[in-house]
Amino acid sequence: MLKYLIQKEFKQIARNSFIPKILIALPLMAILVFPWAANQEITHIQVAVVDKDHSTYSRRLTEKIAASTYFRLTVWTDTYENALSNVEAGKVDIILEFPSDFEKQLLTQNRAKVYIASNAVNTMKGGIGSGYMTSIIRDFADEIRTETLPVTYSHPSLSILNSQLFNPYGDYKIFMIPALLVMLLTIICGFLPALSIVSEKETGTIEQINVTPVKKTTFILSKLIPNWILGFIILTMYMLLAWLVYGLIPAGNLIAIYFIALIYIFVVSGLGLVLSNYSSTVQQAMFMMFFFMIIMILLSGLFTPIASMPDWAQTVTLFNPLRYFVEAMRMIYLKGSHIMDLGKQLLALSLFALFFCGWAVMSYRKTN
Amino acid sequence: MIEIQHIDKSYKEVRALQDVSLTVEQGEIFGLIGPDGAGKTTLFRILTSLLLADSGTATVDALEVVKDFKELRKHIGYMPGRFSLYSDLSVEENLNFFATIFNTTIEENYSLIAPIYSQIEPFKTRRAGKLSGGMKQKLALSCALIHKPAVLFLDEPTTGVDPVSRKEFWEMLKNLKHEGITILVSTPYMDEAMRCDRIALIQQGRIMTIDTPQQIINRFGNKNSTARTPGQALEECFINLMPPTP
Repeated sequence: MLKYLIQKEFKQIARNSFIPKILIALPLMAILVFPWAANQEITHIQVAVVDKDHSTYSRRLTEKIAASTYFRLTVWTDTYENALSNVEAGKVDIILEFPSDFEKQLLTQNRAKVYIASNAVNTMKGGIGSGYMTSIIRDFADEIRTETLPVTYSHPSLSILNSQLFNPYGDYKIFMIPALLVMLLTIICGFLPALSIVSEKETGTIEQINVTPVKKTTFILSKLIPNWILGFIILTMYMLLAWLVYGLIPAGNLIAIYFIALIYIFVVSGLGLVLSNYSSTVQQAMFMMFFFMIIMILLSGLFTPIASMPDWAQTVTLFNPLRYFVEAMRMIYLKGSHIMDLGKQLLALSLFALFFCGWAVMSYRKTN
Repeated sequence: MIEIQHIDKSYKEVRALQDVSLTVEQGEIFGLIGPDGAGKTTLFRILTSLLLADSGTATVDALEVVKDFKELRKHIGYMPGRFSLYSDLSVEENLNFFATIFNTTIEENYSLIAPIYSQIEPFKTRRAGKLSGGMKQKLALSCALIHKPAVLFLDEPTTGVDPVSRKEFWEMLKNLKHEGITILVSTPYMDEAMRCDRIALIQQGRIMTIDTPQQIINRFGNKNSTARTPGQALEECFINLMPPTP
């Protein structure tokens, strides 16, 4: 019985005009486009230099900044007002101003001032940009100090050696790829079967099925199983693509990935069924999914670190299954964590699976 | 064949069915005649185990609709008022699908559906959604019959169907009656009501009278009726029986 129902589902999926295309496009987009778009490294910061000094030193510092890949020198002017009007026009993110006696002060008093102003409309760009610039200027100051001071004077200095564990080049894409899986599995195994059930409600075909000897659980399983199968195929495809395109191979065990994915699939399937029980039209269901998807993704740590959220938001993330899946995937993929290290995530996901599946069964009984 | 006793059903404030009782005999075409919102569909949904009544009992083919619903579903065919087959599956796939979930095959009961299905068989590879209204209705009837049910429930089967197809459809029902299938059919059309063996006039969730169409005309018809057809005469009875609107 179940076999024929599943056969019918696959036939309908294959005949749908856009679901097969989405199933191909989604993992491709997730690998080829999203990691680039979700990149939070700041580059190409537009700089305006207001050089009132026109000295060798001011020119040296300017060249040093221009040589950095983070900055792009776009405006070179004499007045601050001129630079500011460029900021207002959106052509410049940061202004670096040299006062007219910059070199003179530097050489005579051993200290000189420069002025940095950043456009904080995009707080991230402004903040990180002025941080980068400060460190370049500090570097420059060290350079000058060693040049001007006799070698015999020993000068204490601290330098920091930075090494990025598990992602040596600090590549943002490698950080995003394992986590983006969460979107694929949520859509394919959670939302697609739910939409398919709601659309049977909407077209009335569910009435015709309900008067047959087909059991309700059989009917629901026939909706879930094809999507579980598709989910695993797409998971595999996704990991292959990550390897082909970025050479990214999971540092941990593949079985651990599939196992966690399986539990996560139960979570989202349950959630999808709950939503399908409370909506009678596809439009309603879509809207609810959209609502939950956005909130859950923003509170999952997928794009922004949970640790930097305010306390109340951090507490909310504890009730977000996506958070645990994102954490687990990053740990296995990048750190090579063993399944035993993921006790917290496994426990949380299993509880969510029980909770949503239980709720789905209860609400199903009530509404039908 | 169908026994309904004191069924009540309310949706929040609306009383959809009030103390409905009726009996349908084996091999009878029984018509539920009433305007939209009279409660016909609610009664169908209770009898096909899709909805629970608030009170009262009903048995179909000696099976209790609440307690024996699992067994009941193997013995009944239901054609809802709205076309509810898979429009993205072909004619043949739809029929095959419903045959398999009833644990049977098209071949096994082909003789029963042949007079109906043979008319749409030339289009069997066409998607069900692309059929005309009359053809959709034939397919839906074929699907409802594929497991050789003892009782057939047809909820407004001819609404939105052209007059020729409607006439054909009633011919088919007559044939099914000869096969011994009991049919409960609802319709808002009085000319179709005349084709039933017995009818129940239903209005605002209450059954006003149950009898053969001719008897109803004799009992409640206008003395000096100007009606030119029996259907029109029946319609007059319906108006006569209407409770006065406050």
